[in-house]
Amino acid sequence: MFGMTAARFALTIRTFASKADKIGNLVKQNKVVVFMKGVPEAPKCGFSNAVVQIMRMHGVEYDAHDVLQDDDLRQGIKDFTNWPTIPQVFINGEFVGGCDIMLQMHQNGELIKELKKVGIVSSLLEKEKVSSTAASEESKK
Amino acid sequence: MYKFVTSRIQSYSRLYAFQRSMSSSSAEKPIEGAIRTKLQELNPSHLDILNESYMHNVPKGAETHFKVIVVSEKFNGQPLIKRHRMVNELLQTELQNGVHALSIVAKTPDQWKDSSNVVEPSPACRGGFGK
Repeated sequence: MFGMTAARFALTIRTFASKADKIGNLVKQNKVVVFMKGVPEAPKCGFSNAVVQIMRMHGVEYDAHDVLQDDDLRQGIKDFTNWPTIPQVFINGEFVGGCDIMLQMHQNGELIKELKKVGIVSSLLEKEKVSSTAASEESKK
Repeated sequence: MYKFVTSRIQSYSRLYAFQRSMSSSSAEKPIEGAIRTKLQELNPSHLDILNESYMHNVPKGAETHFKVIVVSEKFNGQPLIKRHRMVNELLQTELQNGVHALSIVAKTPDQWKDSSNVVEPSPACRGGFGK
């Protein structure tokens, strides 16, 4: 009886460890990795959709994982980050936050800085550059 | 099984005791009341709890989707992710028992003073809830 319990316990630990390993690898597969409900083309949650729209505005290419397709992943990612909700965003393998945090980082310019650190130039920045060049040429005239 | 039943009874009696201690109107909103009580830990100078469940495919009066606006001195010098973790930790029980979505606005009193004090509602549901 004890042996069986111990074996089951060991198996639980092992499964847990391998799940964490798997997610640990997933989050490093790309500079930006998003765990969401649905896919970027069809998000199934308003919060996930907001993150997709933010990434689109910044022209970021990212890996997206649909947690609705995989219950293990849905729970696993929450255990991995100790964060209770989806979506979850990783930059350079590091957990950055969920929808509220992404929205705030988008609004206060921090997202542009964080993306820059990993070598991604936000397309909002490019647009700004174009418009400020245009503006300075305008003022030259 | 025994353990499960005992813990159920304990949580029901806790809930009942809690409801008795609240006025009749908040007794109808046990989760909202629990959130309000637990967030007092942060000694908030401003606290709003919005039940956004009506925006989702849930029964009327459900308590599944919330947005909290917390203004607290305790957020001073803490990055956003830490502030959110502080709120999430206090509401761990609720998040594991029926609260499906929690949107958080966590500001310091200075930030709150400087902000427009306008909080946007959460984005529209896109049907994934219930899976």
